[in-house]
Amino acid sequence: MDGIHDLGGKRGFGPVQIDDCLPDNRAGFSEPWEAKVFAILRALPEAGALQNSDQFRHAVERIVPSAYLTHGYYGRWLGGLETLLAEAGVVSIAQIDERSGNTESAAQPKAVPVRVPASTRRSGPQSDVVQSPRFALGQTIRTLRHASAGHTRLPSYARGCCGVVTALHDAWALPDTNAMGLGEQPCHLYTVTFASTELWGPLAEPNMSLNLDLFEPYLTACEPGADHE
Amino acid sequence: MSEASPQALRAEALEAILIERGLLTSAKVDDIVQRYNERVGPMNGARIVARAWTDPQFKLQLLDDATSAIGPYEFDGGQVDKLVVVENTQAVHNVVVCTLCSCYPWALLGLPPTWYKDPAYRSRIVREPRSVLAEFGLELPKAKSVQVWDSSAEVRYLVLPQQPEGSAGLSQDELAELVTRNAMIGVETLPAVSG
Repeated sequence: MDGIHDLGGKRGFGPVQIDDCLPDNRAGFSEPWEAKVFAILRALPEAGALQNSDQFRHAVERIVPSAYLTHGYYGRWLGGLETLLAEAGVVSIAQIDERSGNTESAAQPKAVPVRVPASTRRSGPQSDVVQSPRFALGQTIRTLRHASAGHTRLPSYARGCCGVVTALHDAWALPDTNAMGLGEQPCHLYTVTFASTELWGPLAEPNMSLNLDLFEPYLTACEPGADHE
Repeated sequence: MSEASPQALRAEALEAILIERGLLTSAKVDDIVQRYNERVGPMNGARIVARAWTDPQFKLQLLDDATSAIGPYEFDGGQVDKLVVVENTQAVHNVVVCTLCSCYPWALLGLPPTWYKDPAYRSRIVREPRSVLAEFGLELPKAKSVQVWDSSAEVRYLVLPQQPEGSAGLSQDELAELVTRNAMIGVETLPAVSG
């Protein structure tokens, strides 16, 4: 989805705010409500509101764009949780409004939601894909110019670009279909390495490469030195 | 205490509703807090790094197939169905991001720091990594290659930092104390050990 979440390469966000509430070698929650959001996410499968992590990522992508940028990480999760619970008919936005005395939900659930069937397997690589990988180590590929309208893991900054396959990672559920109730459709996953100039043009930072993990349907064959100049 | 944020109010309301419905318990919330505040964190990644510095066989295995190499540790926390460890050297510096959400190897590093999840880091590190790293205090020589890893699928990445100068001869436990979360994300290098 060409949503606000697809942040790679966007301008205007200013310096990274490095200060952390927590000391460097600690991790964890800054505020108690963040842990509640985390725990609620774990409860969603049992409530019948969540089948897989791709569906959750897509729910977070669909929250109000301005909220995505301002509510923080667990605020975005909360918007995704409210979306999924409302779409599954478990808890409505109005019920949370009433209970909290707050009406600033980040969720915008669909009136006619996509139904995602229960997952048939565990997460992780899937060894029962019989077809061989279409691309080989060292091969030059080109990414699709246009990605799926729903969920996808092909970032906009790397579309229509040529890169080199630098690793193969077995087969995995395809997020584009898995998030949208269209099945896991497992397919081969590749690491593709792009030169900075291919992504950002001649003024790109020198001596830098970018590596993305991309599913086979995102890739097409590309002859080295072909038409992309 | 400052006034509760809208997110805090809504999260607490949703928690109460789900507890009433029998879909959540306070004990489950408490367990999440305890696990992720105390047991899951960068100390796990630091153990792996320190062992790789002192055990050449383990380092080879880690760089070849990190998922198998860390399997026996049975780290809690999730998000490492497939792990790849990338090694910083004199010639190459690696740095990790997730531009589309905030994917991160929880079992090895704990929950991500705020800046890792914010738009500034996610938007800029893939485009101008040298400038962003300089903001973290890391000025890389032009001759050093920068490899950025954008975690766009289920593979999770951990940076194996270069061992600090002056740390040869320390035990694995002592070395682990020197390894920072930020060095394993790739936004800093580890300073020389004095004395």
